[in-house]
Amino acid sequence: MNYFPDEVVEHVFDFITSHKDRNSVSLVCKSWYKIERYSRQRVFIGNCYSITPQRLIARFPGLKSLTLKGKPHFADFNLVPHDWGGFVDPWIKALAKSRIGLEELRLKRMVVSDDSLELLSKSFPNFKSLVLVSCEGFTTDGVAAIAANCRFLRELDLQENEVEDHRGHWLSCFPESCTSLVSLNFACLKGEINLASLERLVARSPNLKSLRLNRVVPLDTLQKLLMRAPQLVDLGIGSYVDDPSSEVFSKLKAVIQLCNSIRSLSGFLEVAPCCMSAIYPICENLTFLNLSYAPGLQGNDLTKLVQHCRKLQRLWILDCIGDKGLGVVASTCKELQELRVFPSDPFDAGNAAVTEEGLVLISAGCPKLNSLLYFCHQMTNAALITVAKNCTNFIRFRLCILDPVKADPVTNQPLDEGFGAIVRSNKSLKRLSLSGLLTDQVFLYIGMYAKKLEMLSIAFAGDSNKGMLYVLNGCKKLRKLEIRDCPFGDVALLEDMGKYETMRSLWMSSCEVTLGACKTLAKKMPSLNVEIINESEQLEFSLDDRLLVDKMYLYRTLVGHRKDKPEYVLLL
Amino acid sequence: MVFEKDLNLDATELRLGLPGSSEESLRISNKRALPDMNDDSGVAAAKKCDQETAPPTKAQVVGWPPIRSYRKNSLQTKKTEAETGGMYVKVSMDGAPYLRKIDLKVYKGYPELFKALEDMFKFKVGKYSEREGYNGSEFVPTYEDKDGDWMLVGDVPWEMFINACKRLRIVRGSEARGLGCVV
Repeated sequence: MNYFPDEVVEHVFDFITSHKDRNSVSLVCKSWYKIERYSRQRVFIGNCYSITPQRLIARFPGLKSLTLKGKPHFADFNLVPHDWGGFVDPWIKALAKSRIGLEELRLKRMVVSDDSLELLSKSFPNFKSLVLVSCEGFTTDGVAAIAANCRFLRELDLQENEVEDHRGHWLSCFPESCTSLVSLNFACLKGEINLASLERLVARSPNLKSLRLNRVVPLDTLQKLLMRAPQLVDLGIGSYVDDPSSEVFSKLKAVIQLCNSIRSLSGFLEVAPCCMSAIYPICENLTFLNLSYAPGLQGNDLTKLVQHCRKLQRLWILDCIGDKGLGVVASTCKELQELRVFPSDPFDAGNAAVTEEGLVLISAGCPKLNSLLYFCHQMTNAALITVAKNCTNFIRFRLCILDPVKADPVTNQPLDEGFGAIVRSNKSLKRLSLSGLLTDQVFLYIGMYAKKLEMLSIAFAGDSNKGMLYVLNGCKKLRKLEIRDCPFGDVALLEDMGKYETMRSLWMSSCEVTLGACKTLAKKMPSLNVEIINESEQLEFSLDDRLLVDKMYLYRTLVGHRKDKPEYVLLL
Repeated sequence: MVFEKDLNLDATELRLGLPGSSEESLRISNKRALPDMNDDSGVAAAKKCDQETAPPTKAQVVGWPPIRSYRKNSLQTKKTEAETGGMYVKVSMDGAPYLRKIDLKVYKGYPELFKALEDMFKFKVGKYSEREGYNGSEFVPTYEDKDGDWMLVGDVPWEMFINACKRLRIVRGSEARGLGCVV
């Protein structure tokens, strides 16, 4: 390849789009490194503390799209205290000062302030796309700044963020000249919006393909919006409540018939089940259906709806669908690839729940299934073994039995054999979450068979250090390991310290790791940041090495200790 | 590390249990006993102490089940709204000196609603039939819907009714002719 001029090589690189491949290409030789770095437009940073914005900017002057992730995954479940970190502000400030022509910013689990959003909106004239997932720290004022100042905005996608709502005017901040919107998702905002502004905005956005509304948008507005935008491909309904005999509802039924491009449907944050029949005409063509935020729909309503969805590829649903309902899914949705079943009431056993039966039915009926998230009340080894026989294509398998250490209710055995069967038969498995009663044996299986595993989540499992060691030794592709409440300690932690340089991060909380072991690790591995999060008072009194640490989070980094840590974090 | 053998943690440790054993062995507490190398019984005592403090109920295990807070809060909000949001409507009765207000969300269906109205206004609702309306009573329950029309209570399914009902009026029989009341 040295015979070709740089421009030719660069042109070849244009066809290489995956981050992994691009990274590999840059390692071949100095010349390729240089060409790759100048031509790179999209960068993904899985841990915002692994590198600094300055070094990013220095290496990739042509950067247009940046994806950043902040807090560790277990922050989703309140295991990481408030203001631990993950601030996007230094990134936006640094980018704003540079010559980078940022067009797209995607953030996950980061702290975003209104000031950051305002700076972002004013610093990049070609800014096109903002996607915020599970972020916090901003209000609708920040959203208003984006709306007002990003003249060529195509995408504003707010997913599951905690946003302080200052009521209403942010939508009116889109100037009349803004006609470029392709995707608008504000389902997570809780407050009122100006409905007339919304209608006008949709009316002047001919390219709008994706629209997800929040719960204050009523059905009659929905009807008007669909009249304006029958070309929608992705629709998130806010409030879906009306009297089926009303005129508005008839109009809605009529206009829905025209929306034959809709492939993805979600929302129903408020819903009257008697109105669902209007949706049936578009069910035929749906590939993605997300009813996981629609507790107003009972099992029967869900079943009736799903019966019309023959082309469904991804289904997110609440467990009130029940095992029988999952049976209907299994016999209807033969193209199903991804299923997520969420608990409608996490703390109550109740009737509205699914068991191993539903999962077995799905595995038997949906041969293309490759991704599963399943919250249930019980699971048996026999069921998992059957699932493993039926499904060998799993990439993601996440099973959460609501009772943390529940054994197989039929045999009273741990679920080692069941999960063992899953990893044995699903050779492409990249992500696995375990639950139920589990011994070291399951980790032996995982180490032996899960050779492509990249992310593993463990809770209340195992008997000894051996468990963790099986995983660390066997899973060569492991990138993220998160463990809580397991009897894994110093022996396991320190056995192969070099391993952590091949991984993005390790989280261990309520395990048996001592402060001394963490110190040893930090000392031997300068390329790792070892953080101790300790909210109890003990650490203040003594730094006794024998003390068990509450929470430890370690990650590889090129830039040493971070400067923004809160008081309760100890950086070793 | 030598710790584990010396302290015989296996014997004293809170295990995740043999198959079939209860879930007491959940260790949630932030408090950690300092392992004391010289005192086996001390450790045993400390661990026992941990065990004797009643293990928190499942609802108190931090971060379990592993559901995003956003999702948990969403479902919680809906429950709370359902519980405290309320769907209050005015209820008037012909001849009564003042109106009352009731929360329609409290009732599961028409029977509960009628019982509450009967208690509140001291009257009896007649027997409902689709053909004849309310039979055998001087009083007929009616409601004003979103279009402003006055309708007979009981014709449509309960869910539909509570979404459409703006106010209630208990009409005296003599005025209720034409609403299917047989006096």
